[in-house]
Amino acid sequence: MSIDEETAAKVAKLARIAVDEEALPALAKELSHILGFMEQLNEVDIEGVEPMTSVTPMRLKRRKDMVTDGDQQEKILKNAPDAREGFFAVPKVVE
Amino acid sequence: MLDLTYDAPKPKVIAGAKSDWELVIGLEVHAQVATAAKLFSGASTRFGAEPNSNVAFVDAGMPGMLPVINEGCVAQAVRTGLGLRAEINLFSAFDRKNYFYPDLPQGYQISQLYHPIVGEGEVIVEMGEGIARRVRIERIHLEQDAGKSIHDMDPHMSFVDLNRTGVALMEIVSRPDIRGPEEAAAYVGKLRQIMRYLGTCDGNMQNGNLRADVNVSVCRPGDYEKYQETQDFSHLGTRCEIKNMNSMRFIQAAIDYEARRQIAIREDGGTIDQETRLYDPDRNETRSMRSKEEAHDYRYFPCPDLLPLEIDQGWVDDIAAGLPELPDQKKARFITDFGLSDYDASVLTAEAENAAYFEEVADGADGKLAANWVINELFGRLKKDDDKGISESPVSPAQLRGIISLITGGDISGKIAKDLFEIVYTEGGDPAEIVTARGMKQVTDTGAIEAAVDQIIADNPAQVEKAKVNPKLAGWFVGQVMKATGGKANPKAVNEIVAKKLGG
Repeated sequence: MSIDEETAAKVAKLARIAVDEEALPALAKELSHILGFMEQLNEVDIEGVEPMTSVTPMRLKRRKDMVTDGDQQEKILKNAPDAREGFFAVPKVVE
Repeated sequence: MLDLTYDAPKPKVIAGAKSDWELVIGLEVHAQVATAAKLFSGASTRFGAEPNSNVAFVDAGMPGMLPVINEGCVAQAVRTGLGLRAEINLFSAFDRKNYFYPDLPQGYQISQLYHPIVGEGEVIVEMGEGIARRVRIERIHLEQDAGKSIHDMDPHMSFVDLNRTGVALMEIVSRPDIRGPEEAAAYVGKLRQIMRYLGTCDGNMQNGNLRADVNVSVCRPGDYEKYQETQDFSHLGTRCEIKNMNSMRFIQAAIDYEARRQIAIREDGGTIDQETRLYDPDRNETRSMRSKEEAHDYRYFPCPDLLPLEIDQGWVDDIAAGLPELPDQKKARFITDFGLSDYDASVLTAEAENAAYFEEVADGADGKLAANWVINELFGRLKKDDDKGISESPVSPAQLRGIISLITGGDISGKIAKDLFEIVYTEGGDPAEIVTARGMKQVTDTGAIEAAVDQIIADNPAQVEKAKVNPKLAGWFVGQVMKATGGKANPKAVNEIVAKKLGG
């Protein structure tokens, strides 16, 4: 499967990455190359092999249902370009 | 199992300009999981806190922060699945659903697309006595809620509060088994009832605890049966999804509007576009959410931060062993054990705490009488008293049982019982002691009643003459005697004595 420029532009848009028109051909080629490698992997016979989800045999770590975090409004808002009255303030988004 | 048997309700039929149409409805209900902390962080889920105060760095999408699953949320999802008689998947996994919105700081929602924790189940939705729709559940998965954007605090800015970000939701997906707006609302009501019994979701729709996306399509009569036989969706019409409704009334109105919109298009020879729509309650119409369409490419992939969620059958069995009696069973038991009507049993089992209250009252008392007193007197009185809930009732189950046993014991008449109830409600105290202290005891002493009857007869010779011609006038004498005795005379005894005296 190869990625054309239009698909590359769409992927970039979905990922909210601004890509110059001139950069698209190279980007499409690079993405196609990655997919080509994936296709190569697809040639491996994995019949009867369980998908590996972790390098070491581990169980998903769980936490107890207890409140142990929060109460740090100031820290949460510290990096916000704009914050007012305890809220993040962002350019108006409305349906 | 004390299951009741039901017939399926008739589907709603809408008459179009050219022919009849039927509705096919499936719902995705988002239920906030009742836990103290969020799905993947230790921040609180408490509603109504200061903005951005219930936020951990992982909720805010800070770099390098990793999610750690809250075991309590998993247990609640399993409990809900068991309550809906659903299959529990011992292996489930989390995926990322990618989209950009200011109230989603991670840039993705962690959800369970490919391996949900709960599989197929069912809900029985009653639509009247002996009539119920069996709605199949397709799956329940765990996912994170998004934050909240407020658009009306500033003309140019939206304000974002991340307190809700990362709170656990159960998305409960039904099959398209619902056949009308009322059924859809009743289905949501039944899910809410079951989850409140289970304690897995508070079901407070105003606070956004329970929200529904509704899929609606229309078809010609007969098509739906073909779908049910084959499970082939091509027999059904194209569906539209109405997003994010948090009121039973809006759910019904939106479905009704949407069905009529689709029928009008189809009858004009048009086709329905599969799309996401928003219901506007002010205008009572649904509108296309075009912006959502473009974003629909969610690029799901397994969440690399989380291992699959594996749970043990033993753990599931422990949860199953701790399940409370559920509404269907409780209702059936109330009908069989207490001889209640279907209606009374439904009213009393609507909320678990009402049912518990009733059972305490009915313990050793007459079941039907107890049901009448709880439903008519107590609920009625609480409603008048600022719409109080049963937990705020000033009358305890023991006090109400005391009043009822005074009635059944013949100590007080039904009329006096109502006065007594009001005294207990407003002043408190032991019903039996109040009756004694205030001389409310019913007069069953026939000598005293006879004396009162004689007095009335002696005072009203004209009435006595008329009563001889018209026996119905005996009622007037009974009324006078009751009045003279302050309502305390045993009505049955008064009736007998009046009849005897007038007749003789």
